[in-house]
Amino acid sequence: MTVMPRKMPALGHAFRAIIARDLLLAWKRPGDVLNPLFFFAMVSALFPLAIGPSHAQLAAIGPGVLWVAALLAALLSLNSLFLSDYEDGSLDHLLLSPQPLPLLVLGKTVSHWLVGGLPLVLVSPLVAVSFRMPSETVGILAATLMLGTVSLSLLGSIGAALTVGLNRGTALLSLLILPLAMPLLIFGARTVSLSAGGESTAAGLYFLAAYSVLALTLAPFAAAAALRISSE
Amino acid sequence: MWTFLHKLASPPHFYRLAEKIIPWFAVSGLVLIAYGTWGGLFNAPPDYQQGDAFRIIYVHVPAAYLSMMAYMTMAIAAGIGLIWRMKLAHAVAAATAPLGAWFTFLALMTGSIWGRPMWGTWWEWGDPRLTSELILLFLYIGYIALRNSIDDLAKADKASAVLAMVGAVNVPIIHYSVEWWSSLHQGPTLIRKGGPAIVGDMLWPLLAMIFGFTFVFGALVLSRVRAEVLFRERRARWVRELVSATGAPA
Repeated sequence: MTVMPRKMPALGHAFRAIIARDLLLAWKRPGDVLNPLFFFAMVSALFPLAIGPSHAQLAAIGPGVLWVAALLAALLSLNSLFLSDYEDGSLDHLLLSPQPLPLLVLGKTVSHWLVGGLPLVLVSPLVAVSFRMPSETVGILAATLMLGTVSLSLLGSIGAALTVGLNRGTALLSLLILPLAMPLLIFGARTVSLSAGGESTAAGLYFLAAYSVLALTLAPFAAAAALRISSE
Repeated sequence: MWTFLHKLASPPHFYRLAEKIIPWFAVSGLVLIAYGTWGGLFNAPPDYQQGDAFRIIYVHVPAAYLSMMAYMTMAIAAGIGLIWRMKLAHAVAAATAPLGAWFTFLALMTGSIWGRPMWGTWWEWGDPRLTSELILLFLYIGYIALRNSIDDLAKADKASAVLAMVGAVNVPIIHYSVEWWSSLHQGPTLIRKGGPAIVGDMLWPLLAMIFGFTFVFGALVLSRVRAEVLFRERRARWVRELVSATGAPA
């Protein structure tokens, strides 16, 4: 009985390896993780300063402001998703590797979400409390942001793959991604508002969950195709 | 069938075929629009609720319909170009995008002008279709921006094709948003169970306008694709021969 030599690592191994590598890279440069969080907190703080400290007003605009700030913060970190790999040439290795590219892209997106999306979700209750949000609503906010940031990272991976190497900065990326992200913003912020009004939030949460499943299914393939085009 | 498709995909053949088709499209479109304008502005009775203000639908509805049709055309052409590597399809996508953006803008503007007497406001964020039409305009802007920022034409074609297909997933959400959200907008009157809820004198000019706009749109797309093909094939022999045959300076 002959044993076939393992020519390449198993799929799951490659997937885990790329996540571990990107997490390690992020750990070595904590600024990349912290800056979007500070950005999120500061943008949220701008609105009470601009509008005034009236409790009723803050409670009314809270869900929308937090969602917009989270959207912008997520956008801010997206630009770097493939950039450092593009600059130091590791992207070419990913493209040449025998592993399926969508899987590797998904790995990078997962680690990007762990580094950029998840901390945002964890910090959001702190900011939400300052907007006089009741505690049940804070939970709903975290849930919508959890589902929303997953979709945003996935959508953003397509945009980042399309614009990598263009040197046009985040402005072009925002133009590409923001229209696609608007349904997320509408359902996310509306669901939080509904919850603050004491109404049922199931529909919005289901929509966000469905959207993230759809994005999880399609986005890695689109992003992989875009990466191949960008690095031709 | 296949030979016909292969011939269609060849730029010089398409260039000559489009030259023959464009006048037909343009003339039938203009005739239909002329009838629709007369029928809509003079012949149709005023609406019992909206008075004469409803007449803007003769521009608004065709523009809104074309704004979505153009996006689907663009996305399908982009998909064909990406999958079968057909250069002509990319030229179609590139030619359609600015027209689609323009029709979207027209739909938004007429909707806003209609909204002033009807809702008492130029812009109503509570109306999902107005909002989604705005998102559609943003989608077009993103597409055009991406195309313009890539210098290499082949790369620009493919990258924007991916974006167009990703955006196409969003267009059905836009279309069905009228059923998902509570709305200030008029419900569907044309396509629904039990026939259209609109009298004939109002309906026929509207249908004429929709088809007329579509024909004119077709003529515009074809002439833009011709120009695009000429530019892309400017080094090819048939273009040089064409230029020397028409006597223009080479």
